[in-house]
Amino acid sequence: MRSFLPVLTVVSAIVAIWYGACVWLNAAWTRDQAARAGEEAGFAEILAGSFSQERPVLPAPHQVAAELWDATVAEELFGRRGIVRTGTLSNRSLVYHAWVTLSATLLGFAFGAGLGILLAVGIVHNRAMDMSVMPWAIASQTIPILAIAPMIIVVLNSVGLSGLIPKAIISAYLSFFPVVVGMVKGLRSPDAIQLDLLRTYNAGRGATFWKLRLPASMPFLFASLKVGAAASLVGAIVGELPTGAVAGLGARLLTGSYYGQTVQIWAALFAAAIVAAGLVGLIGWVERRTLARMGMAR
Amino acid sequence: MGLVAASIAFWLAAWWANARIAGSAFARTPAGRLAVPAIFGITVLVVWEGLVRGLGVPGVILPPPSAIAQRLAASTGVLWGDFVQTFVKGTLSGYAIGCGAAFLTAIAVDRSPFLTRGLLPVGSFVAALPIVGIAPIMVMWFGFDWQSKAAVVVAMVFFPMLVNTVAGLRAAEPMQRDLMRTWGASYWQTLLRLRLPAAMPFVFNGLKISTTLALIGAIVAEFFGSPIRGMGFRISTEVGRLGLDMVWATIVVAALAGSAFYGLVAWIEGRVTFWHPSQRK
Repeated sequence: MRSFLPVLTVVSAIVAIWYGACVWLNAAWTRDQAARAGEEAGFAEILAGSFSQERPVLPAPHQVAAELWDATVAEELFGRRGIVRTGTLSNRSLVYHAWVTLSATLLGFAFGAGLGILLAVGIVHNRAMDMSVMPWAIASQTIPILAIAPMIIVVLNSVGLSGLIPKAIISAYLSFFPVVVGMVKGLRSPDAIQLDLLRTYNAGRGATFWKLRLPASMPFLFASLKVGAAASLVGAIVGELPTGAVAGLGARLLTGSYYGQTVQIWAALFAAAIVAAGLVGLIGWVERRTLARMGMAR
Repeated sequence: MGLVAASIAFWLAAWWANARIAGSAFARTPAGRLAVPAIFGITVLVVWEGLVRGLGVPGVILPPPSAIAQRLAASTGVLWGDFVQTFVKGTLSGYAIGCGAAFLTAIAVDRSPFLTRGLLPVGSFVAALPIVGIAPIMVMWFGFDWQSKAAVVVAMVFFPMLVNTVAGLRAAEPMQRDLMRTWGASYWQTLLRLRLPAAMPFVFNGLKISTTLALIGAIVAEFFGSPIRGMGFRISTEVGRLGLDMVWATIVVAALAGSAFYGLVAWIEGRVTFWHPSQRK
């Protein structure tokens, strides 16, 4: 709680800068309107005009918050197609789009993390695999993998796979490498002295793995899972771009940018941020519980 | 079928060779450390080629490596134009502005412990967000040309770099700072002689993370609008025309550029932080 006040200060500073930038960027529109009407716009008009435009250059924070509220709670509770009236999520609500993105993210993340852990186990136990795969895994981090996302989508579409699976594949691919690198580090983290102790106990490879390496790798696993979760959400969002804006947060971004709906873009962006924060927070919560149970909490 | 069998046989042979090399004394020499991943990489290419040709996979789904290499050699002019547009103009300028701004912000913020305590959690939170999403907004603000790509890159690299630099500026130990104080060193002397050098491993960590983020940001931003050149533009249009060999050729260029960029930063890091334990050979 010691850092609550400083964080609050920084956040309010960011909001203040945002409002300032709003006036600065949106003032031109109000001035244009006034000039067309043959009047001179005063400071008060510019201020009021900056915060209430339909399609501002930069929407004000309260406009984004209002759009978020309208597109989630209000749309579902009171909307014609909301969950209260129809029993299904409205296709105009951000809840629906966030769920589309989140389901692809979770599926891909589960696949990617599972495969990553398996590969890390293989790399730690097999020298040939370590020497051949590991340099490529590290090198692949320097390659803009996200750039091939549209290609994977289109290719899988032409094979007949569409919807959830192609996005999940991209998510899995992006969350895979952080987990591999982190887990290899974690499984190797026990000291030589600890490994020696287990050797004096005549423990086999299996016992060493389950009783020493795996527990020792837990802090590394959670750290890399957080990175992987954030990466897989980015993968799912980018994976939605080339499918022609059907559903999902990426689709909202794309339609927003086609039709100049800046408020919609910012609302989708914040919805994505909330989903990412939720995922990372959830993993952090599991991490704290697990490490506390294992007596490793700091 | 013969090609499939041959590629599987090649894979098994390479696997056997790698296992033998890894188990022998040759693996401890620099050449051995290079040979094993090289054999693995070549194996992937051979198996890819063999399977695609042997199973008759159409080129619109997965072109064989040889076709990609041909396309790469045949269209160097176009690819060079894309490279200049995306990498030299968009990525490098955004990277320099973003990292420089974050570095200066970190030094300014560092003078106030209150701000540092507030900025670190916010910064690491923002660093985990899907910032790529601001690409359409930046394209709207700064137009289709490279300026909007540079802006996306700035936004993407700023917070990872900021968090790392702020953490790095705290890396100098209290004992060392006290020593500087006993010598009567001013704030700037302490900063230049002790704290910035001590922060360099963290700063370079941020710089290395940012290389990848920068290239991704520039390419993805081009999906939202670009003049008729650029790697992201090439990928999205050639996917639409099912020119998959051109897409892969662009990806090869992007991969080479990304690796070279990362390698360059890592090389400079080795030069600057030669004293750090992780750099010891």
